Amino acid sequence: MKINWFKYAATINFYALAGRVIPFFWVAAVILITIGLYWGFFKTPDSLDNGMKEYYRIIFVHLGSVWMAMWLYIMMVFWALVGLVFNTKLSYMMASATSITGALLTVVALATGAIWGKTSWGTWWDWDPKLTTFLILLFIYIGYIALQSAIDDTRRSDKASAVLALVGLALVPVIYSAVNCPDPTQCSSLHQESSMKNIEPNIMKGIIFTTLGFWMYSFATILMRVRNIILQRERNTNWVSKLKEVN
Amino acid sequence: MKPRNKRIAFVLLALLTVGAASALISKAMDGNLNYLYAPEQVLKGEVPAGTVFRLGGLVKKGSLTRSETALEARFIVTDNRGNEITVVTNKILPDLFQEEKSQVSRGVMNDEGLFIAEEVLAKHDSEYMPAELKDVLAKEHTPAPAKVDGSEIGKMTGQKL
Repeated sequence: MKINWFKYAATINFYALAGRVIPFFWVAAVILITIGLYWGFFKTPDSLDNGMKEYYRIIFVHLGSVWMAMWLYIMMVFWALVGLVFNTKLSYMMASATSITGALLTVVALATGAIWGKTSWGTWWDWDPKLTTFLILLFIYIGYIALQSAIDDTRRSDKASAVLALVGLALVPVIYSAVNCPDPTQCSSLHQESSMKNIEPNIMKGIIFTTLGFWMYSFATILMRVRNIILQRERNTNWVSKLKEVN
Repeated sequence: MKPRNKRIAFVLLALLTVGAASALISKAMDGNLNYLYAPEQVLKGEVPAGTVFRLGGLVKKGSLTRSETALEARFIVTDNRGNEITVVTNKILPDLFQEEKSQVSRGVMNDEGLFIAEEVLAKHDSEYMPAELKDVLAKEHTPAPAKVDGSEIGKMTGQKL
């Protein structure tokens, strides 16, 4: 049996498929985030060995949004590259839809980081390597979105922004590795290193659940946005004009 | 070469270039970053006089003193290798600020060799362990007093004597 891998690369098929799966992603997102936050608030210790009190619990939102902001950037580049290679319209639409959710989660990560920073370090913001590179990630997301909407011809805007996304990919490993030196007292940074070694199991559970929840949320919003982009770009086609929700 | 293969080659080449760029940036950031100076670097005179910079290091045990009349606080920043600098500040110290913990303060050296900080930040590690549990773990890992019976003593003395 020959499977037609490209069936869902056709916008008409993908539009219907996305419409069917979006509710499941929303349900999964709500359940996972609820479990994660419940666990994070009620099953974790009230104070930590490194001196942090209850306010450390913002980690359950902070870490999930940081990871998803970086992961979504990688996914955005993936779809942009698939578009560049195979010239598939839908993959460019996926990249474009991913950029908005990615930018949003980058803002959430920066905001929660600022709140956590004020309470633990004593400042909202500092030009630490990790913080600075993460701010640049937000600028690249915004640059991608701006470039995409600055060029009217979608074929051109897709290609131009895909190349921009690809160049920006160099930043993601830099953010992760920004000053992860083994001895924290010698680190040339303010932010702690990216290490998952010593985390209390209940805190870890909360982090994993909220992160998975953010992932499901990303699927749901990205697919919803892709459906909008499909309708927008193909508004003059026969199949769109026959849709119930359009008439 | 088919056009699609050409595009695949282009993308792979671009990914390779981006990866190399990323590795170079990471490497440059590890070695050449002047986000903060360690006490040793300051004492060696690596910081130009009169410039504002960040001083990183541990707060020396027992060195934190507060003025009784003003907000002023003094403490010693050390690298635990004998390089020490006294910091004077009249800013509020953050919640996590503690002796024997890392800090980053921003300010300038004055003529008397004191570091006048206009901002003091606390640094923390990425170990999220509850305060109580770590004590328990520490106890579990301290070696229990060894059971000694005759044969053991015989072995020990036999080896040592």
